[in-house]
Amino acid sequence: MRRRARRTLAAVAIVALAGLLVWASTELTPFGTPAGHADAVTRTLEHDRQVANAVNGVTYDLRGLDTLGEELILFIAALGSAVLLRHRRGEEVEEQETEVGAQTPDALRVAGAVLVGPLVVLGVYVVTHGHLGPGGGFQGGIILASGLLFVYAAGQVLALERVEPIALVEVAESTGALAYALVAVGGLVFSGVALFNFLPFGTTGQLLSSGTIVVLSVAVGVEVTGAVALILTEFLDQTLLRGSE
Amino acid sequence: MTVLPYIVAVWLLAIGMWGVVTSRHLVHMVLCLSVAQSSTYVLLLAVGYRTGGNAPIVTTTVPPSSHFVDPVVQALTLTDVVVEATVVAVLLALTVQAHKRFGTADPDEMGEISG
Repeated sequence: MRRRARRTLAAVAIVALAGLLVWASTELTPFGTPAGHADAVTRTLEHDRQVANAVNGVTYDLRGLDTLGEELILFIAALGSAVLLRHRRGEEVEEQETEVGAQTPDALRVAGAVLVGPLVVLGVYVVTHGHLGPGGGFQGGIILASGLLFVYAAGQVLALERVEPIALVEVAESTGALAYALVAVGGLVFSGVALFNFLPFGTTGQLLSSGTIVVLSVAVGVEVTGAVALILTEFLDQTLLRGSE
Repeated sequence: MTVLPYIVAVWLLAIGMWGVVTSRHLVHMVLCLSVAQSSTYVLLLAVGYRTGGNAPIVTTTVPPSSHFVDPVVQALTLTDVVVEATVVAVLLALTVQAHKRFGTADPDEMGEISG
């Protein structure tokens, strides 16, 4: 059988690959002793950029151009899934007039409604304090977008439909991506180098410090919120809102 | 065992690939792909780990002179997570469309239909 032959072939190939990888891993640096630049990167970023969180220093300063590409990947992927999921909307409207809010358990609705506010506050905090502690634009953006999911869990599907979040999140997504690109151009204008950190660095540990790192983090936060919310809305639309169109 | 984290990464890659090859459902296949990709997180974080090192965040109690784990690989892992999330989103959207068109989510039956 074809399936059986394929399984056998795959098993041999994967076992061989795993063996080679394990063999190769013995030549890697031993676990617990990284290459020498680990301390230097953190100290340099703290000294030259006044950024306390070196991970975000790397993401939005040293590798700022990579993050621009990464952000555009997210932008295009969100648009791509939206296009894929909207493709056949209206062609097969099923008779599915069930009231989604009515069959959600009360405990879930109350918990969802109560948690929306704290979740949004937490998301804004994580986005704006990425240069000081754990967090940043990507992490906070996911938290903010999941606020939308809690609104859904609270049974407010009809409310979601009324405010038309798709238009709103598309604007947020585009604004975030554009803001990042503008900061990149700003570096080009003010110092001749794209994404150069051209703002004053301030003092480590203060909210307004680290130059463009905090600005880029907030831009990414807005963009990720829009992109993830767009993806979630489109999937919800496919499964739940189709009947009410 | 200084190679144990690397072996965990290899195991995640192998078991994820096995799942993709033997999958009978497209959603299962997408999740297996994300398992295979999560091996890169383990590998990257293991490469940058320092025994007894601090998280790469300078605070009043953790001065810049202390030892840190490698922030570069952590930033790479962040990129990795974002890319994986986008890949999963697009693949799941494709799964929805494939199920609509073929009426099945089994990749084998799909191949028979399309010839």
